Amino acid sequence: MDPVILSRWQFAMTTIFHFFFVPVTLGLALFLAILETKYVTSGEEIYKKMTKFWGKIFLINFAVGIVTGIVQEFHFGLNWSEYARFMGDIFGAPLAIEGLMAFFLESTFIGVWIFGWNKLSKKGHLAAAWMVAIGSNLSSLWILVANSFMQNPVGYAVRNGRAEMTNFWALLGNPNVWHQFPHVVTAGISVGGFLILSFSAWHLLKNKSENNEFFKRSFKWAATYALIGSILVGLIGHAQGQYLAKSQPLKIAAMEGHWETEQPASFSVIGIVNQEKQENTWEIKIPKFLSLMLFNDLTSEFKGLIDLNAEEVAKYGPGNYIPPVLISYWSSRTMIGIGLLMVLLAGLAVLWSRKDKFVDLKWFLKILVPAGLLPTIAITAGWIIAETGRWPWIVHGLQKIEDAVSPTITPGNIIFSLVSFLVLYSILGFIGVKLMVKYGTNDPAAGEGKGE
Amino acid sequence: MDLNILWFILLTVLFSGFFFLEGFDYGVGMLLPFVAKTDNERRAVINTIGPVWDGNEVWMITAGGAMFAAFPHMYATLFSGFYVALIFMLIGLIIRGVAFEFRSKRDDPAWRSSWDWAIYYGSLLPALLWGVAVANLMRGVAIGSDLNYYGGLAPLLNPYSMFGGVVFLGLFLIHGASFLGIKLEGDLKDRVKKLSGKIWIAVVILTVLFLVWTYFATDILNNPGYDGMIPAILAAIALLAYGWFHRQDKEGLTFICGGLVIILATVMVFSGLFPRLMISTLDPTYSLTIYNASSSPYTLKVITIVAVIFLPLVLAYQGWTYWIFRKRLSPDSLDLHY
Repeated sequence: MDPVILSRWQFAMTTIFHFFFVPVTLGLALFLAILETKYVTSGEEIYKKMTKFWGKIFLINFAVGIVTGIVQEFHFGLNWSEYARFMGDIFGAPLAIEGLMAFFLESTFIGVWIFGWNKLSKKGHLAAAWMVAIGSNLSSLWILVANSFMQNPVGYAVRNGRAEMTNFWALLGNPNVWHQFPHVVTAGISVGGFLILSFSAWHLLKNKSENNEFFKRSFKWAATYALIGSILVGLIGHAQGQYLAKSQPLKIAAMEGHWETEQPASFSVIGIVNQEKQENTWEIKIPKFLSLMLFNDLTSEFKGLIDLNAEEVAKYGPGNYIPPVLISYWSSRTMIGIGLLMVLLAGLAVLWSRKDKFVDLKWFLKILVPAGLLPTIAITAGWIIAETGRWPWIVHGLQKIEDAVSPTITPGNIIFSLVSFLVLYSILGFIGVKLMVKYGTNDPAAGEGKGE
Repeated sequence: MDLNILWFILLTVLFSGFFFLEGFDYGVGMLLPFVAKTDNERRAVINTIGPVWDGNEVWMITAGGAMFAAFPHMYATLFSGFYVALIFMLIGLIIRGVAFEFRSKRDDPAWRSSWDWAIYYGSLLPALLWGVAVANLMRGVAIGSDLNYYGGLAPLLNPYSMFGGVVFLGLFLIHGASFLGIKLEGDLKDRVKKLSGKIWIAVVILTVLFLVWTYFATDILNNPGYDGMIPAILAAIALLAYGWFHRQDKEGLTFICGGLVIILATVMVFSGLFPRLMISTLDPTYSLTIYNASSSPYTLKVITIVAVIFLPLVLAYQGWTYWIFRKRLSPDSLDLHY
């Protein structure tokens, strides 16, 4: 087995698994801070109960996010040491800053938040909640500064056989960061919103009268939160697509399964992609729609994968520069399709929040229970697009994936770690989700168990 | 002083902080099954580090990040070269981290006991393996002209570094015990003290032997100009003082001495290495140093500014949390979360 392939599988697995939990942390940390603010400003006990109840789900999720994050941090050295040597000058700095500025804040104040209910004033405790929310979202900024360089290198010079940083502000001001970061943060908001909608809907279907007020309120807060997140994540995603059309045309062409250059360009709604023959054997198209989506007009030219590949060959030498189209194409359809569905569902939830209409719409509540998973699926698809769409580059235009892997590790080493992580993640994922479901479906009116 | 030296010092600071703070977390985790018998006792022990372990672990994350940022070749050589050992360490850290949160989530003795063992092994593995890794850094590994170490796991498990791993583990154990000494009360605390008194004797013997071995097997204690001899002697004195204060029931001073041992030992290792980061046993010119393994001056400048602003802030708010949670715990405490 090839160490490159094995390392890629391991990285993909760890990242995807890690990112099941991270957006929940981002979204719920902010949601809890908002709920607790409402508690402190209004003085209503029910908001404290809500904060604590949803806080338990948050903490279970947080634990799994933390431990998989450690693996992320060391992965670049473990499996991608040539990448670490080539990119250390640029990639290490945001990681170190992430630790100093964000992880410390998040991890220190989460302890204060959990254990400090009776030790701090109301306002002091609220401040801890906001530190956690700020810390976790700030950490996503720094990791995306690092990731954005891989998509769109800026502020560097290649010297001494490596990429060296020449302008930190260019790195931070990378336009890729300012599309990706708000996209990730708002995606987190939609995840948090839908998760709480899902559990609230479950409880409302059970219809236990003493809990109804609790979950009605949770539902309404979460509906607004989910709608804000879903609309923004979509709008920002749209802007990101337009930006990608300029910065990473191959990625967007792969997402759209567009082989030939076309003017004006049609949009492929669904189709059968054949990467070998470099064509779509069947598809449903909307004429001119891709030009409209990406360039805001009905006339612009969109370059296809075949022409773009030829440009890359002219620039970087012979080779194949077309990313895995089938994966990108279906991931983008999944992401966008789910995104639109999320706007619809969250919109209806907000609409029917008036006079608590949703309480009687059992069919709608039944749809919302499984819908809690929708944003997570969309996010996973989104990351698959972002990372496979870079192929064959690990750093766009500067280093290829095959040149980045550690030369010192054997396939046996990687199989050992891959299998260990797979087993561990499966167990943790299973237990983590089970516990989240257990606590999400707990009765908030019942007393707390021993240590539970 | 150039920025390369400054970052060598900052790396020493970050690793000292990491070993000091996570050191007692690991120690507490390893002592857990032996000092606490009932569920409430175990909860009391776990909750002594409950509010702080996560923030403490970030010292390791940040030390790793800083190594990546300031000395990327060290990060690359160390993590890719020590691959299998580090995977074991990560497995330990993963199960330990979730165990704290998962343990209390079901009121079932078998469930809780399983997670207690996860905490135990999840503390023991990193404690031991960090020791093995540091001892290998002191001794040097077969780094080639391309800065890579190709030897795999077997040469890393040599007698010297295995012994170093045990010494580290022992130091973390008594450090954890002295932390429990200032955080617990009653019977439970007395039990910890009795046990740690015995462990201390073993640790003293092992540490002295290890220092002698280090003197002959490495140049850490006689690295010209920057030798680790002075911090080594101070660490030994602090270790003896630990035992003295332990007998006097001076819990605060015992803890301070345990912490000093850890910090001085870290300083010993780094000053003995200076200006090297990783020693090559094949050819001294292949060794990674603070100059041939570093980032560009520009990057060092950027991260220096960030560190100068944020490190004092981190110390301030983390210190504050220890003040907030300064109260001792007992099995009857009500403020237990885990």
